[in-house]
Amino acid sequence: MNSAVRNVIASPLVANNPITLQILGICSALAVTSSLKTALLMAAALTTVTAFSNASISAIRHHIPGSIRIIVQMTIIASLVIVVDQLMKAYAFDTAKQLSVFVGLIITNCIVMGRAEAYAMQNPVGMSFLDGIGNGLGYSLILIVVAVIRELSGSGSLLGYEILTLTKNGGWYVPNGLMLLPPSAFFIIGMLIWIIRTKYPEQREVHDFKIHEKHGLGNR
Amino acid sequence: MNKVQQFLALPNDSKVKTIGVALVLCLVCSIAVSTAAVALKPVQDVNKLLYKKRNILQIAGLEKPGQSVEEAFKQVEAKVVDLQTGQYVEGVDPNTFDARAASVDPKQNVVLTKEQDIASIKRRAKYATVYLVKDPQGKVEKVILPIHGYGLWSTLYGFLALQADANTVVGMGFYEHAETPGLGGEVDNPAWKAKWPGKQVFNADGQVAIRVMKGAAPDGDPKALHEVDALSGATLTSTGVDNLIHFWLGENGFGPYLQQFRTSLPGGAS
Repeated sequence: MNSAVRNVIASPLVANNPITLQILGICSALAVTSSLKTALLMAAALTTVTAFSNASISAIRHHIPGSIRIIVQMTIIASLVIVVDQLMKAYAFDTAKQLSVFVGLIITNCIVMGRAEAYAMQNPVGMSFLDGIGNGLGYSLILIVVAVIRELSGSGSLLGYEILTLTKNGGWYVPNGLMLLPPSAFFIIGMLIWIIRTKYPEQREVHDFKIHEKHGLGNR
Repeated sequence: MNKVQQFLALPNDSKVKTIGVALVLCLVCSIAVSTAAVALKPVQDVNKLLYKKRNILQIAGLEKPGQSVEEAFKQVEAKVVDLQTGQYVEGVDPNTFDARAASVDPKQNVVLTKEQDIASIKRRAKYATVYLVKDPQGKVEKVILPIHGYGLWSTLYGFLALQADANTVVGMGFYEHAETPGLGGEVDNPAWKAKWPGKQVFNADGQVAIRVMKGAAPDGDPKALHEVDALSGATLTSTGVDNLIHFWLGENGFGPYLQQFRTSLPGGAS
């Protein structure tokens, strides 16, 4: 594997993660992470859509008229999402029911559009496909981490298998209901961003303004 | 240069190329989408049928862990009913009869007048499939009626399960709708569905009495027998559910059938 390829796939995993650095795709990350199963299916769906939309947009990038650029991208993404949705309804019916509107909302997921516009419009097909895979995996990684924490602490189980025995089943663990509600994903993603920015200090944003030391009170 | 090369060589922002690219793209995308939809339809239909059966079992309280849907469904008998007369129809296979297809077939449907059509469905099939749950001795324990009607955005399709007295609710639920998730979509909320079992749909005079209403009487109040608390933030969906229940239990729905059911069944008369 040469270094350019490795960079395209590996950098979105942590260092250049679409969720924690670019803060894209947050809405679905909040919505589908209350159980690991839905998170995995959503991650697979988004990775597939991003990879193939990147590849197809890149393939026709020299012939996309600038005036209808965004519409062309949206049409390709929307078609791919419908195909993925149909596949899920055929082969993962129950989980697809739980994901309900969020599969359809991949169309508006900023990661897909963002990568199409930022990368696929300038780069060759193969690299664009890998960029889609890389960013999809970066998204998946955050989703899986958040979903593991939420399902384990909220329901005491992983993928539906009981790990921590709940008090209602005669065990010791009292589930934390807050972890099943969307706000908990905010806390967890916030902490992940904190950890990642501690590791990579160059990601910290420069303050837009500065709070001055208070004036004139010190010498009294 | 042939035509395709000529077209591709046009400047990207020329009118011809813009319209051409848009047309070709739409054509390719629509072919991809429709191929997927058509090719996957058989698998999806199997899933939908299984899902429907599982819903029937859930609403009737028959779902047991560790038992497959097909196995549990063996105690359920499907029968086709003529809604007008309330009689069972022989010669129509309940497994293949599709009430939804029949409701749009002029030969098999009844167009409802404005006064009749409280569920806003415009027309209904002449026949309907009901599901009877029998105990091992063959006595009918529960009857499950398919119901549907318009909510806020969509037609809600579901089932109402009644005890053998054709009055006490065993369960109610919808297996297909497109109401707003979080508001009208809360018709799927188990906590709300749990308000239904034990309610009585008819009053002592045989009138449809059950209501989905704001501020229903609390449990223990004699009025609570006929009142179900509506969904907050989903007035139109709740009204839709109220209307469709009234329609399907009324004289244009299963009214005649339930009448027969009550008188003809041993132990069923109330």
